Amino acid sequence: MNIDLILFIILALVAIATALGMLLSRNAVYSALFLVLNFATVAVFYLLLGAPFIAMAQITVYAGAIMVLFLFVIMLLGAEQLAPSKVIPAQKWVAGGLAFILVAETVYLLTVRGVPAGNILQPAESANSLGFLQQMGMMLFNEYLLPFEITSILLLVAMVGAIVLTKQEKGGQK
Amino acid sequence: MLFSETTSSGFFFLAPWIVFFPLIGLLTNLIFGGWFMKQPWGEKAIGWIASAASGAAFVASVLLAYSLSLNHGEVVRWTLGQWIHIGELELDWTFRVDTLSTTMMLVVSGVGTLIHIYAIGYMHEDVRFKSDLGRYQRFFVFFNLFIIAMMILVGGDSYMMLFVGWEGVGLCSFLLIGFWYDMDTLARPSWANSNAAKKAFITNRIGDFGFLIAGFIMFWYLKSFQFDQAFEAAKSMPPEIIVAITLFMLIGVAGKSSQIPLYVWLPDAMAGPTPVSALIHAATMVTAGVYLVARSAPLYTLVPQAQYIVAMTGAVTALFAATIAVGQYDIKKVLAYSTISQLGFMVAAVGMGAFVAGMFHLATHAFFKALLFLSAGSVILGLERGHHHLAHHGHGDHHEEVFDPGDMRNMGGLRKTMPVTFWLYMIGTLALAGIFPFAGFWSKDEILLDASLHYPTVYILLTIAAFFTAFYMGRQIWMVFFGQPRHEAAAHAEESPLIITAPLMVLAALSVLGGLLNLPFEGFHNLTHWLGYTLEEVEGLPLNLQVAGISTILALIAIAISWFIYGRNPLKKGQADPLKKPLGLIFTGMENKWFVDEGYWAVFVDRYIDISRFLADVIDWKFWHDFVHDKVIAGTYNWLANIALNDYADQKGINAFFDGWGKVTQWLSATTRKVQNGFVRSYALSIMLGVVLILGYLLLK
Amino acid sequence: MVPVNFYIILSAILFTIGAMGVLVRRNPLIIFMSIELMLNSANLAMVAFSSAIKSFSGQIFVFFVIAVAAAEVGVGLALIVQIFKSRHSINVDEMNNLKG
Repeated sequence: MNIDLILFIILALVAIATALGMLLSRNAVYSALFLVLNFATVAVFYLLLGAPFIAMAQITVYAGAIMVLFLFVIMLLGAEQLAPSKVIPAQKWVAGGLAFILVAETVYLLTVRGVPAGNILQPAESANSLGFLQQMGMMLFNEYLLPFEITSILLLVAMVGAIVLTKQEKGGQK
Repeated sequence: MLFSETTSSGFFFLAPWIVFFPLIGLLTNLIFGGWFMKQPWGEKAIGWIASAASGAAFVASVLLAYSLSLNHGEVVRWTLGQWIHIGELELDWTFRVDTLSTTMMLVVSGVGTLIHIYAIGYMHEDVRFKSDLGRYQRFFVFFNLFIIAMMILVGGDSYMMLFVGWEGVGLCSFLLIGFWYDMDTLARPSWANSNAAKKAFITNRIGDFGFLIAGFIMFWYLKSFQFDQAFEAAKSMPPEIIVAITLFMLIGVAGKSSQIPLYVWLPDAMAGPTPVSALIHAATMVTAGVYLVARSAPLYTLVPQAQYIVAMTGAVTALFAATIAVGQYDIKKVLAYSTISQLGFMVAAVGMGAFVAGMFHLATHAFFKALLFLSAGSVILGLERGHHHLAHHGHGDHHEEVFDPGDMRNMGGLRKTMPVTFWLYMIGTLALAGIFPFAGFWSKDEILLDASLHYPTVYILLTIAAFFTAFYMGRQIWMVFFGQPRHEAAAHAEESPLIITAPLMVLAALSVLGGLLNLPFEGFHNLTHWLGYTLEEVEGLPLNLQVAGISTILALIAIAISWFIYGRNPLKKGQADPLKKPLGLIFTGMENKWFVDEGYWAVFVDRYIDISRFLADVIDWKFWHDFVHDKVIAGTYNWLANIALNDYADQKGINAFFDGWGKVTQWLSATTRKVQNGFVRSYALSIMLGVVLILGYLLLK
Repeated sequence: MVPVNFYIILSAILFTIGAMGVLVRRNPLIIFMSIELMLNSANLAMVAFSSAIKSFSGQIFVFFVIAVAAAEVGVGLALIVQIFKSRHSINVDEMNNLKG
């Protein structure tokens, strides 16, 4: 039992707990906050896996920008809690059963079925060095330049779309 | 190393060109022939292009033979391309250059070229007598096609390629026998010629059926169609299989080389123009069967019992056909039966294992029989010219009469009007009759010598046949060229131009000197030596004075008898054949071909027609139409409609059934409609279900 | 020193929890958050694989996923706002116009 594994298990438990908290919270604000915590945990996983850049992006984009946007909208709409409804009550139990089976299948596949345990992941030595970022940047702007540019167009389109969708029609009703 | 050196030197690359040269000629005449025909020089162009194509094939054959001789007769295979590669079967378009095939190539292209040149002159007049100039082009296209097919036949390295050529020459034979398909031999509107073509084709199909069976057995047991592989495999096979292969092959030989019992098509094949009779039905195509047996020599030598049957078939055919030839009046029919008889000699020879003698006779026969046919064609043209001459000079009554220029009873005294043709014909006759020192003497003698050593029965049959040969040829000479003209056309006959007689002179020279190919003296067994490279176990026999003497004396006696009967007292106009009286019924039999055709009609054709009638009238019409269709099917429908499908059954049965279906459908849709409950979450659930199920399936698989 | 399988199992668990959220919650905002969680679990698996095979490709892919997720959230939240404006409710169970 080495320190990495202990750290992993603790973090994994935190991640699962926060995800379940997001799932089970009655109040949407709590859900959002649990999710922020979950994202932060996942960011730590990224660091452990030697992906500091992704970890930073995770914190800033997901935990920061996206979740803040969520909280804004929740509060704007006043949608913290919804009145309980009685439609399709079986959905909950069927979904729960299926989810359990899915997890069971995955665990079975990855452990019992004898799929090779895979490489033992080493914490990246160069994770903090500047060379790493440089390498990634080179790759992003050489090999993946076209997808990168397309992503920028996608973001632009999303921005325009969001504005158009929420814009008040002139003379329209408030 | 040595092999590659020997193949790279020499002219073996020309092997496929023996086919390509005639193909070029064919395509040229096919594509540009129509335009040529509109030019004043068109006919000559077409004829000479076709002749040049055939001549180029001859030159290629000569070069191949020359390279082969430098190569010490070592077989060379030249693969042109893949053909059939399925499983273990590997068939290619491979040309085989060995001494046997080059011998055939030389004969085919050499004689073929001469006949091409002859045909330039012959067809020029023939299309005019029959008033259809357009067929001139078609004739030469067919002729080149024939050379192509024949070259594939003799040049192929496998039985299947040989079979392609075999069928190809059969097709050309059909096309050319039926060349004047809309008239009979006397140019009267009729389907006689096309019927003759069909007869030849169908009879040959019977033979080909045998050949195919032989091929199937060969493939099944010997696993290969390639000659050497098949022969090698045959050595370790039980003899019954080889007997089966060889005897089924004999059926094919009997069809193509016109042996008993399938010979009946060849006399009718004389309906084709004379060059066709000479090239296809005397010199080359009909010898394909002989070539096939010689080619399959390693198979036949394994099974003496089959060899005996082949030899007997040939010998009986030789005698049988020779007797019929005695009673014929048509100049070409006599030669046709003579051809069957001579083919019998060859088949008997190759059947006895005397392959060299058979091939030798094949070559010399090609020379003198082509000469005889072409000379006969010259005679016929001469009479046609005489007939036209009369028609144009006021003898009006001749328009009404149907004149047969091929009937020997219309001839007589042509020695004076057609001297060149007469002498050429004489040479051919002496060669055929086997008079020393003409080509036929040497080749026929070799066959007789082999027969006397191995099969006495065959020897006796062949000797009698040789006697008849000399007799009917003598009869023909006396009837055609001596005595007084029995018809005014004969009196006014005109000699043929040089374009016709020149090839004849070449052939006559070959008929005289052809014996040099294989003289029975030490050091002169040229053909034996040459073919010995390819055929194993050949022996050059010395001249046997007893055998040669008997046959020569018999031939001379036969000619003397023919002079006694036909020469001393020439036939008068309208007089019956002088043999008719003393021989009586026997001559009637000869005259009528021993009624074999009639017998075939009675036994096979009429029965076939009866069966067809029975199938058409009774089975098809009465049983199938009247009974099955009208009574059973239509009756059943009516019964069902009237009884089973009345109103009650319709309403309560069929209608209710489909109403029920409709209700089931309604119920099903009402139920399944509820699945679409409009909750996106539910739809997502079904996706989840799908994910779980597919993953589960992949896990449990 | 953690086997890559552990990361994959964790990723699968998080993904399943996200899927559960999509399936059982009625608040579209929480459904949205669950979708984000599912995307995150996929990202986690991809980074783990990337680390396992010592290649940047996985990380770059994750980078693009994050960018696309940001765009998606922008448009998605705008849609939810618009739906709320027109129907004065965001309960997904009330949006069953497709009912057959």
